[in-house]
Amino acid sequence: MAVPGLPSSVSFQTSQSQMSTSHPITFHERIEDALGNAQLHTALNRATQRFATQRANGLASLPNADGIRDHARLIRAHTLSNLDRYIAQFAEAVEASGGHIHFAKDAAEANAICLEIAKQTGAKKVVKGKSMVTEETHLNDFLEQAGLEVIESDLGERIIQLAGETPSHIVAPAIHKTKEEIGKLLHQTIGAPLTDEPEVMTAAAREHLREVYLTADIGVSGVNFGVAETGSICLVENEGNGRLTTTAPRVHVAFMGMERLVPAMADLSVMLHVLARSATGQKLSVYTNIITGPRRANEPDGPDELHIILVDNGRSKVLASETAEILFCIRCGACLNACPVYREIGGHAYGSVYPGPVGSVLTPSLRGIENWPEMPHASSLCGACREVCPVRIDLPKMLVELRNQGDKAGKTPVWLKAGLMAYRTAATHPALFKLGVQMGQLGTRVLARAGWINRLPGPLAGWTNSRDFPQFPKKSFSQMFSQHGNAEKPRN
Amino acid sequence: MKKANLFVTCIIEAVRPEAGMAVVSVLEKLGWQAQFDPAQTCCGQPAYNGGAWDEARAMARHTLDVLARSEGPIIVPSGSCADMIVHHYPELFAGDAKYGPLAESIGQRTFEFAQFLADEIGMDEVRTRLHPQFSGAVTYHPSCHLLRGMKIDQQPRKLLALADKAEFAEMPNANECCGFGGLFAIKMSEVSGAMLARKLDNIAQTQAQTVVGCDVSCLLNISGGLHRRGAACETKHLAEILDS
Repeated sequence: MAVPGLPSSVSFQTSQSQMSTSHPITFHERIEDALGNAQLHTALNRATQRFATQRANGLASLPNADGIRDHARLIRAHTLSNLDRYIAQFAEAVEASGGHIHFAKDAAEANAICLEIAKQTGAKKVVKGKSMVTEETHLNDFLEQAGLEVIESDLGERIIQLAGETPSHIVAPAIHKTKEEIGKLLHQTIGAPLTDEPEVMTAAAREHLREVYLTADIGVSGVNFGVAETGSICLVENEGNGRLTTTAPRVHVAFMGMERLVPAMADLSVMLHVLARSATGQKLSVYTNIITGPRRANEPDGPDELHIILVDNGRSKVLASETAEILFCIRCGACLNACPVYREIGGHAYGSVYPGPVGSVLTPSLRGIENWPEMPHASSLCGACREVCPVRIDLPKMLVELRNQGDKAGKTPVWLKAGLMAYRTAATHPALFKLGVQMGQLGTRVLARAGWINRLPGPLAGWTNSRDFPQFPKKSFSQMFSQHGNAEKPRN
Repeated sequence: MKKANLFVTCIIEAVRPEAGMAVVSVLEKLGWQAQFDPAQTCCGQPAYNGGAWDEARAMARHTLDVLARSEGPIIVPSGSCADMIVHHYPELFAGDAKYGPLAESIGQRTFEFAQFLADEIGMDEVRTRLHPQFSGAVTYHPSCHLLRGMKIDQQPRKLLALADKAEFAEMPNANECCGFGGLFAIKMSEVSGAMLARKLDNIAQTQAQTVVGCDVSCLLNISGGLHRRGAACETKHLAEILDS
């Protein structure tokens, strides 16, 4: 679907490609697997609680954090309202600085552009920095099938690559692994000394990766923000791998979601005030790279070529939809760390590249609610995500909006729809409602022993899987109130 | 006596009527006579949160019609149902010529129970009139829609502190969801159960004999979990403590 006002090169119909990490089993089976995985439980407990505490401390270090979050939200809202203009400005500035801009309507096109660049470069080896967009397009598989060697340089990403897995968190991809598991993995795969001390593992990984930077032909990275005014891209990271990936190889290819723009450098500063604090609690990430164009003639370092691939892959459709606000997201991961559901099941159980509250909105929005009807229901709507979001995205509101879209698309389970329709009939006819309460009194009396039911029938059995249900008292509130001394007679 | 209207909620109507009667009694002690229209049913939140907005709107229209017959403040002894009426009704009826403005005006005179006591009646007056005798070890569960929807945090805590014979202990990570989430507890029962287990562990650490809250729905979830574990701990609505 075309977005009015967007340049034709970036408004297209969207890809129907799935965003799945191709799990053969159902959502509920994945959830049960996750809940039964003690190691996962340990890893998630350690990491999410540490992140949540660090985030709180990080924001507390910022005078007027609430005001800066409001400002950050305004910048995102303004940029997305004028995205066509800022994309055009950004593209022009990138070209003016000597870089090349490419527009990709979907995952297949983005991957094909990257492969074409690799072919022209004569590349054999690709080193990659962390990028969720390339997870979205499944770039690694695609390049490997074309005969290229792809090596992740972010330690978390490298760990899961060595383990043959996918990221389970948008900031900390290996969050589902304990340090003990990682120690074993690095020992078996890259010959690191067997240890559970992160410092020793990191030193071994550094040695292992150093060689890769020097021999890679292409560096592929993601982009945290593009600056429309200057054509710069900003990349935040903690390991220096981003800087090496984008400067050591001869060609740098940056994958960028088309919504990740800010108008000017001053706006970038506002976003950087909240990004690292929300993600890890850091005031700034250890490395904040701002890259404008490839190496210039008088510069000793940097790539000869810079290619920026601006990826739509469903975003222009979302921009024109009820859930457009999800494009405000700056991928800090705070909503994952705060989410009580994510803390229990981790990222893989969602079955989507983007997990947690943001994923439960983003994936059905990008890929269609008809393909992802269950994801928005993986939330108790507790609102913890909205509370921590640096740009104040109303995630619960959009989860409910998507549930409504699913309902309209006929995705509410038959038993539930029938139940809600019956409940609606009762709740709009007070006499029927009273009768329903009386039936509840009778029904729960039949099922209860000593006042409690430990096994409810039918779909309600979900409740009694983990808790008892009380017998209804003999009298309802209406009955008690009508016998109450001070009760005023109702007017009708 | 001044008059206040009670929207008692479907769950108190059927499952915890004593909590509703405690609200009536507390209001009387504070000089407010509770009026109750028996035509009221359910605010429609389960359908709204489940995505079934046609059903939700039908229930919301019925609730608005019933509440429109009243005058003066509407007291809701539930953060979640109050949040539905105050915040989600105007969203559901945006652009509706009749129910849009009605939702706005009803929302403006709708208060959650603790909010009405602490902010509308005022803590000074409540303090002089209420002397709850409840004793024992208690902890407080801040329900999500009360805390993050209605943004009511300190009011119930101050009111609970009026029970000065009770020993209060804060549970770890008190602001975390108990796993109820309405239909979530049934549709996503595995995750809901895991979240509840975490909440019950946190409650156990306080050694409280009573968990106090302002949402009977969450308390139903917690009490069901406590009973399943055989824990010597019960749940009470804040009004039941204040009425003691």
